Amino acid sequence: MIKLLMTILLAAASVPALAALQVFATVPEWGALAREIGGDKVSVFTATTGLQDPHRIEARPSLLAQARRADLVVATGADLEAGWLPLVVRDSGNANIQPGRPGYFEAARYVTMLDVPAVLDRSRGDIHAAGNPHIQLDPRNLFRIGEALAARLGELDPPNAPAYQAGYKAFADKWQAAILRWEKEALPLRGVPVLAHHDSFIYLAHWLGFKTTGTLEPKPGIEPTSGQLSGLVARQQSTPAKMVLRTAYQSDGPSLWIAEKAGIPAVMLPFTVGGTPAAGDLFGLFDDTVQRMLKGLR
Amino acid sequence: MYIAMFGPEASFREDGVQLKWLAPTPLFLEFGAEAGRGANYPGTDRNKNGVGAWALYAHLGDDLGVSNSWRAGASYLRTSSDSREAEFYDINGLPALASFTGDTDTWLADFVWKWAPDGNPKYQNFKFQSEYFWRKDKGSLNCSGLGSACDPLAAGDTVGGDYNTNQRGWYAQGVFQFTPNWRAGLRYDQLDSGVQDLGANAANLVVEDYKPKRATAMVDYSWSEYSRMRLQYAQDKSMFGITDNQWIVQYIMSLGAHGAHKF
Repeated sequence: MIKLLMTILLAAASVPALAALQVFATVPEWGALAREIGGDKVSVFTATTGLQDPHRIEARPSLLAQARRADLVVATGADLEAGWLPLVVRDSGNANIQPGRPGYFEAARYVTMLDVPAVLDRSRGDIHAAGNPHIQLDPRNLFRIGEALAARLGELDPPNAPAYQAGYKAFADKWQAAILRWEKEALPLRGVPVLAHHDSFIYLAHWLGFKTTGTLEPKPGIEPTSGQLSGLVARQQSTPAKMVLRTAYQSDGPSLWIAEKAGIPAVMLPFTVGGTPAAGDLFGLFDDTVQRMLKGLR
Repeated sequence: MYIAMFGPEASFREDGVQLKWLAPTPLFLEFGAEAGRGANYPGTDRNKNGVGAWALYAHLGDDLGVSNSWRAGASYLRTSSDSREAEFYDINGLPALASFTGDTDTWLADFVWKWAPDGNPKYQNFKFQSEYFWRKDKGSLNCSGLGSACDPLAAGDTVGGDYNTNQRGWYAQGVFQFTPNWRAGLRYDQLDSGVQDLGANAANLVVEDYKPKRATAMVDYSWSEYSRMRLQYAQDKSMFGITDNQWIVQYIMSLGAHGAHKF
């Protein structure tokens, strides 16, 4: 037994130091951004998929094992991962990725937060004190986050700092062109009233100019109730919404019910990279999001 | 289960130091060691310096695809006792007091398996958990009790003898969350008093050979992550010859900051 254990430990210890910088991304969008900037200089582990609710993840053993080996944790912050990331970071026993160290990066620090609550208490549901954390759906936010991430990668891996800067520049140029294209395509969405399952799309709405007139959840993090749903259907008379949005990880029941009662399309948006087959990377994410919303409008 | 193994507080509390190391491997591999005072059951306070309890543990875990994850572990706890008291009945059915001095080895194996569709536990998930305990007392037993078989003349006599036991216990439980609000679960616990060698006291004390067991079913409803209502039914056969049917209604509320989702 002891001999077997020693063999395993020696084998583990003798694995050569991995050449690439190990990045632990909490959600797929930051994993994708790190790949865009770092290319083959980074090795990215993404802790969640587009089909998982990033609020409701548990500190699984596999996450602890990956955090132990990470050089850099890239998180959203703003309490999105409050339910699991602090535990993963603490129990990983990895000093480099503790909050406050260069190995801990929070994207929300680099953008202007929307929906920062004036009053905080539990009667309002599972709200985030720092504001709505679903910042990835305004593509313009990715410039500031990407620039900061490239700088951080360079700080952790100085020999490759120029490569990270170049990687960011190349990404930013392509991204700028893509944003102009999406904005042009999405012009018909301007001013369109929509309903959403959870307040997942306020950054998208802020960018494209559509309006979220109601959420299916009565309070953030509380499942839709029949009272809330019938209230929304009744409101269709006075303030008609054009479609009802949900993310890939939310159950389709409530939005399909509204869609049928109100006679409007229920539209599932990828929300993050990997949420739909077409959203394979950051460009695909917004291509698919814009196309699905335009299809919902027709 | 924990009450039987670790006393009325139902957990082994310890003042001491812990050392933990997570191996830098893709597979979750964690080792830990603890040393402490060991003043709590199954150990006791002792009138001397030094470590009264020490423990070693190892955990292993991983994901199986996106939907499944598991963790298995083994722990070993060694405690030392000086005059740990217990009540016995003597061969005439009279109460007697016995105190144990010696070492206790407790081995523990645990296993947790979790499933959620696409790894998204919000709407549906299942958790299976099981632990197996094995405890060995080795030392001496001192039996007293005025008028009992150990002290028939009520003269304050005591009878000393060897004391060696092997005891076991296990439980298994499964909880299925089938909608975001509703969960249902089943649990079964069993203890086995096992082999008991009372040495010289075997002539004086009665050892009950009985396997206490309990079966529990529960269903609960959660309004949010902060409040929960639970209905629970337990058939408890932990006392010899008595079946205790228990219905419990609980309201559980948590206040303050959002706790972490532990595995």
